[in-house]
Amino acid sequence: MIPLSWFLIVAAILFCIGLYGALARRSAIGILMGIELMLNAVNINLVAFWRYVTPEVLTGQVFAIFVITVAAAEAAIGLALIISIFRNRETVVVEDMDMMKW
Amino acid sequence: MENLVKLVPFIPIVPLLTFTIIVVFTNRNKKLSSYLAVAAIFITFLLSMVIVLNAVIRMPHFAEEPAVHLTLLRIPTGATTLDIGVQIDPLTVALLFMVPTVCLMIFIYSIGYMEGDPRYSRFFAYICLFATGMLGLVVADNLLLLFVSWEIMGLCSYLLIGFWFEKPEAMWAGLKAFITTRIGDVLLMLGMMILYFQTGALRFETVFEGVEHLAETNPNLMLITALLVFGGAVGKSAQFPLHVWLPDAMEGPTPVSALIHAATMVAAGVFLVARMLPIFVVLAGMPALIWVAAIGAFTALFASTIAIAQDDIKRVLAYSTISQLGYMIMALGIGGFVAAVFHLITHAFFKALLFLGSGSVIHGVETNDMMEMGGLRRKMPYTFWTFLAGMLALAGVPPLAGFWSKDEILATAFVENRVVWVMGTIAAFITAFYMTRLVCLTFFGQARNKEIHAHESPPVMYVPLIILAIGAVLLGFLGVPADFPILGPLLGNNPFHHFLAEQFHHWHYVALPHVEFNIQVMLISIVMALGGIGLGYLLYGRKPLVAGQRDPLERMGIIWTVLRNKYYVDEIYRATIIRGTVGLADLFFRFDLGIIDGIVNLVGKLTERWSWISRLFDVYVLDGIVNGVGRVTSVVGQELRYIQTGRVQNYMIIVVISVLLLVGVFLYI
Amino acid sequence: MSAMQVVFLVLAVVAVGSAVGVVTSRNIFYSALLLIACLFTVAGFYILLEAAFLAAVQVLVYVGAIAVLIIFAVMLTERMMGETKHPWNEQWSVALLVAVALVAVMLYVVINGNWQVSDAATPTDAIVALGQTLLSTYVLPFEVASVILLMALIGAIIIAREERPIGLAGEEQEGED
Repeated sequence: MIPLSWFLIVAAILFCIGLYGALARRSAIGILMGIELMLNAVNINLVAFWRYVTPEVLTGQVFAIFVITVAAAEAAIGLALIISIFRNRETVVVEDMDMMKW
Repeated sequence: MENLVKLVPFIPIVPLLTFTIIVVFTNRNKKLSSYLAVAAIFITFLLSMVIVLNAVIRMPHFAEEPAVHLTLLRIPTGATTLDIGVQIDPLTVALLFMVPTVCLMIFIYSIGYMEGDPRYSRFFAYICLFATGMLGLVVADNLLLLFVSWEIMGLCSYLLIGFWFEKPEAMWAGLKAFITTRIGDVLLMLGMMILYFQTGALRFETVFEGVEHLAETNPNLMLITALLVFGGAVGKSAQFPLHVWLPDAMEGPTPVSALIHAATMVAAGVFLVARMLPIFVVLAGMPALIWVAAIGAFTALFASTIAIAQDDIKRVLAYSTISQLGYMIMALGIGGFVAAVFHLITHAFFKALLFLGSGSVIHGVETNDMMEMGGLRRKMPYTFWTFLAGMLALAGVPPLAGFWSKDEILATAFVENRVVWVMGTIAAFITAFYMTRLVCLTFFGQARNKEIHAHESPPVMYVPLIILAIGAVLLGFLGVPADFPILGPLLGNNPFHHFLAEQFHHWHYVALPHVEFNIQVMLISIVMALGGIGLGYLLYGRKPLVAGQRDPLERMGIIWTVLRNKYYVDEIYRATIIRGTVGLADLFFRFDLGIIDGIVNLVGKLTERWSWISRLFDVYVLDGIVNGVGRVTSVVGQELRYIQTGRVQNYMIIVVISVLLLVGVFLYI
Repeated sequence: MSAMQVVFLVLAVVAVGSAVGVVTSRNIFYSALLLIACLFTVAGFYILLEAAFLAAVQVLVYVGAIAVLIIFAVMLTERMMGETKHPWNEQWSVALLVAVALVAVMLYVVINGNWQVSDAATPTDAIVALGQTLLSTYVLPFEVASVILLMALIGAIIIAREERPIGLAGEEQEGED
């Protein structure tokens, strides 16, 4: 039997790697990929808790399905936005998109 | 008499109403105003005569009865009440005989004299008000009413002296009269206050009872009080040293001079002392009376000497009035109460007559300067003969009125105070002399100024003269001494004396001397009178002066100059008292300006400084705080805005850091 | 150590490694591909956790759609083969610190946590049970999720399409393409 904590550890590590990516990547698509990593880590957490704490109720899986759904929608929109910005600005480097600055 | 006393309040009120009516309603109608005034005085005359006749009929018991009172007003003053009312006693009746009569004559005379004056109605209004004052004075039974009437007369005197106020001399004369008599009034008021505090009342009878006690406990205060009251008389009756206003008062119209400054108002001072005689007599040894006699005698002599050197006809008469008032005061001072009142009444008649006569002369000749006159005997006969009657009366020639009254004074003086008698006799000589000079310069000889075309005055003016002359001639017979051979008993044994002698018999401490008839004194008086007339005739009548000729008396040199300049009293007063008062006023003015205004300005400046400081505080501190808040916000904002990098990742990292911090807090707390 | 644990460890290593590669690669394309690898390992995790349907969904949706979409986007927006100078922005050190802190905290919580593990069994027919749950207890989130997907669909099309010039208010030009 794999202890629950192992899954949680892996999820935590994946989450933080994804967080680093979201915070430190220059390219917008890189940030998006970091976000996808974070979402996946969350999903792992959810399913692990479902499996080990309340296996008879399928709430964990359902939640994970919804997360995936929303992630998909968000990725679609996000990428559409990136493409649109690229058309206007010829760049996807996030650092250059600072028109809302002081 | 108890019923008649109810008429008494009307005596002063009728002229007061007339004054009001003239002022409010009939001011525009000159004739109506004058007729109203004369009618009012005539009514007063009738009322007074009713009372006088009633009193005369009941004589001699009248004098022994107590005075009849009518209380008009009761003012509660704490535990007691102040009663204001009127009374009838012998003194009142005597004055009630004289005052309305003389007033009536003068009012009628004024109709003619003031003809053509633009303020005709106002004149009659003023003299009505004056009559109110004089009559109120006479009938008052208490010091308060007396004082109020006193002041009314003072006011009217001021208004009437300055009646022709376009002339600066008249204006200044009015002011001078008012201010000088004011000094006396203040003294009188102080005396009144002391009497009130000491005796608890202002009613004469109550005061007279109270002063007995005061004289025993505090004789010094009694003396001072008596002298203070006398001060009022000195002012009003123009005695030395407050005599300076009366000659200047001649700037007023002649009826005014006759009425106020000969017959009535100036007599008010004498009346006051006569009325208040008990307070002078109550002190053992009567020291107050000595002062009275001294001032009276001195004034009599002093003024008569000035009169011989004056050229203005009215001035001579003014100084003569001062001198005669001195006689009356002197008489009171030696205890000759009856003599003083007798002389007051006779003097009123012949002095009014003389003034009205001089007014008639001035009306005809249009100048006051006797040096410009002359020869009016033929041109103004009525005036001349009546004037002559008055002059003889004043000079003391028997059997005219002035002789009897003056002689009674001198007879008393001979017995009581020899020095006073000497002064009075010399003054009589001088009086006769200057009156003769006046008559000669005015009526005798040739007219010195050919320009003047003199004419006799209209009947409305000379008829009063005639009536007054009759009085001047006949009145004396009321006071012929009882011991005078033949005439004495014939004329009722001195009815006047009987009438008045018991005025004070309810106050046992008033013991008036009884004067024996003294033929020596009488003869000496006659000699003095005739001698004065003779000297005057010698210098001025035998060879009457012609135009340009100098006064023969100028040979007296420096004495003449001093007399002519009235002993320089006015100049001395100006240099000392007036300059002192003005200086004091100036000092106070400068104090006010410098210190008080200085304080006010200083307060203003301090406020200004304070407001400047406040402003600094407001600008730097308060505004500083307010602006500071703004600036701090701005600065903080300026520094903090760099957080807004516009980069999402920066925002995100801040979020994550915050979350970490919160988690840390959550874990460890 | 059982066979499951070994498999788990292998999968774990691959997952972490590819994740690191995703965030550190200079080449976006490589990142995308490494992301696909990571996603696959996550699917493996699901299988280990007896969530077979979820593993299938993961592969189909995430890998098949999302990852592909990402690759589309990469190709449309960047020079594909070129290496960027460096992929980090200026705050990378802080981000690293933060990530490390966070992982430390989470590991601390996980290791010291008292997880109440139950021994119950999973439902026999998981998919049927899942379908039933979705359409009974969670029907509302289900509907909402479908609306979200619709919005995303429409939104993405609108955002990403070619712009056409539009005239001022009231005036509408017939566009020239």
